[in-house]
Amino acid sequence: MWFAIAAILMLFVGLTSAYVVRRGLDPNWTSIPIPGVAFANAALLLASSFTLEVGRRSPAARRWLVATWILGLAFAAGQLTLWRQLAEEGLHLNTSAHASFIYLLTALHGLHLLGGMIVVSWQSRVDLAVIAIYWHFLGGLWIYLLVVLFAWS
Amino acid sequence: MSGFLRRYLFSTDHKVVGIQYLLLSLAAVLVGIALSIIMRIRLAWPQEKWPILERLMPAAFAGGPMTPEFYLSMMTMHGTIMIFFVLSTAPLSGFGNYFLPIQIGARDMAFPVLNMLSFWITLLAFGVMMAALFATGGAPIAGWTSYPPLSALGEIAGPGLGLGQGLWIVSIAIFCVGSLFTSLNFLTTTLNLRARGMSLLWMPLTVWAWFTTAILALLAFPVLLAAGLLLLLDRIGGTSYFLPAGLIVSDQLIPNQGGSPLLWQHLFWFFGHPEVYIAILPGMGITSHIVSTFSRKPVFAYKAMVAAFFAIGFISYIVWGHHMFISGMSPYAGIAFSISTMAVAVPSAVKTFNWLATMWRGQIRLATPMLYSIGFVSFFVSGGVTGVMLAMPSVDIFLHDTYFVVAHFHIIMGVAAIFAVFAGTHFWFPKMFGRMMSESLGKVHFWLTLAGVYAIFMPMHFLGISGGLRRYAEFTEFAFLRPLQPLHVFISIAAFVTAAAQIIFLFNCFWSIRNGRRAGVNPWEATSLEWTIPSPPPHDNFAGVEPVVHRGPYDYSVPGASRDYLMQTEGGPE
Repeated sequence: MWFAIAAILMLFVGLTSAYVVRRGLDPNWTSIPIPGVAFANAALLLASSFTLEVGRRSPAARRWLVATWILGLAFAAGQLTLWRQLAEEGLHLNTSAHASFIYLLTALHGLHLLGGMIVVSWQSRVDLAVIAIYWHFLGGLWIYLLVVLFAWS
Repeated sequence: MSGFLRRYLFSTDHKVVGIQYLLLSLAAVLVGIALSIIMRIRLAWPQEKWPILERLMPAAFAGGPMTPEFYLSMMTMHGTIMIFFVLSTAPLSGFGNYFLPIQIGARDMAFPVLNMLSFWITLLAFGVMMAALFATGGAPIAGWTSYPPLSALGEIAGPGLGLGQGLWIVSIAIFCVGSLFTSLNFLTTTLNLRARGMSLLWMPLTVWAWFTTAILALLAFPVLLAAGLLLLLDRIGGTSYFLPAGLIVSDQLIPNQGGSPLLWQHLFWFFGHPEVYIAILPGMGITSHIVSTFSRKPVFAYKAMVAAFFAIGFISYIVWGHHMFISGMSPYAGIAFSISTMAVAVPSAVKTFNWLATMWRGQIRLATPMLYSIGFVSFFVSGGVTGVMLAMPSVDIFLHDTYFVVAHFHIIMGVAAIFAVFAGTHFWFPKMFGRMMSESLGKVHFWLTLAGVYAIFMPMHFLGISGGLRRYAEFTEFAFLRPLQPLHVFISIAAFVTAAAQIIFLFNCFWSIRNGRRAGVNPWEATSLEWTIPSPPPHDNFAGVEPVVHRGPYDYSVPGASRDYLMQTEGGPE
């Protein structure tokens, strides 16, 4: 799993470097302020990491894993809300470079999360410790994306 | 699922997956060679009409000689197919899948289902690439490096850049996923599934080669995927990751703004340089393995060989700028990349001298695998030294995008790496199929190919130094190059003859499967674990008995031993 994390990390590292370069080279860069719902989504994801860890150690694992799954689903819904909010403000994939990266990075992160949710639902067949590494990685990655996309200037 | 489908088509047995990959790369190399023949026809006789070809591909000729755009599409697909579907499959996923588990004493890979999926995903990628080759509007013409803006503009920029280029990008993206699954398997299997006694430093060098290659692939392909996604979005999503403002193409102003074509180059070559080491590292492992076996001597400085794999692998990540010396980068960046590029010559030289030292005073057996392996060493040196020349920015400013570069990378990738594949095939054929390949056919093929590739690629150095540029469909237009046109004809004829000589190898393979001399368990008197099991091996490799390893992988000519080789499973002091 750690090898897989390394590979996924390289994907986002490549895109981060593209972002840094693109932002640095663009004389007409306009920044989009962070949508409030992004914080809510971060909270949902961190909560889901918490429920996963409790579930791993608890005899009533199933309940906690269902909670993890639901929190993940809530995160996905929150992401769709985020995109809808951006679109309502007229910010689409091709509106500005910042928007392009926001959509792409959040979409890729979301796709990886959905994949993780599918695997969590197979939890009887895959070791929870392994899933946990992946899940926490995606939580950390979301925080990282928020910092890179919105906090760093 | 029916028996045939589960046993042969969707098998999770690493040996079947390995052979599937080898067959895929065989199909790919035949396509790649055909494309190169079409290219050489154009280069040698640019203004000629070819009625037979025209009947097959009317759009390529439009009533006259072969169009330059068609030549460019042949060149693009030739490079793409050879690099991805031949050089990134056969040495690693082909031989590696078959022999890595066996050489470490495992029953199969760590993730057999993932392994099966990795092949079918790669096959899907190949199918999509074939669709790109035959796409309406033509195959892409932007080179295997697919630089934007050309590759990002779509149909408006020229033939093949619409559907063809789109399919190309999708194919490469799919290939990245397949490669990821392969890497995960190789790394996990090597670390977790070694048999008792098989410590890391007792693994054959082939296993170390596949291991380091898998690390390279794991970390490099995702960056290619990232670049491909960005390119795809520039084409269909209206984004401007790579497309700058102010482009006027076919009399139309392109509306994109702010993108950087240079960004693609950085992302692509960050992948692209490790990629070429992915192509050569397994060949180095195979060469060490075979040179030791056929010199009846242990590999000289085994630990240095392992360290050199890691050094080469690591350095390959910090040299990518040497593909971009003329892109306008700061000369200081040029210096940095130049130094790191020349640095890779050090571990490469360590390996080369160690191969020679392994052979020194050995009892050389010049069987066909050994001939190819010695050929590998020779071409690795020839191709490698021109790399050092190109590593100097002042020289590269003149030689970049000339035939000098074409000569360099073909000798390293198209000759040396392929010779390692030939060597591996001859060496492991008895194990895979229970029969020997013909030695006489093998030797004829070796000498013909050796002479042929010299004839093809050595003259290209001179063409490059004289100013012959890459990716040009002809040179007769330029007065200063016209005197060299006979060289192009010479190269083309050499290419046709060498390509024809490959029929000998193909015949040898397929004929020997039925008619070769029956092979025993250990026809080469080699020491590694694959030579302890039947030829061909049973489904679980070791027939339920986990091997126990008592010695290193290259115990040849051990003083005091009764035979000049001791298998890894043989007990005793050591």
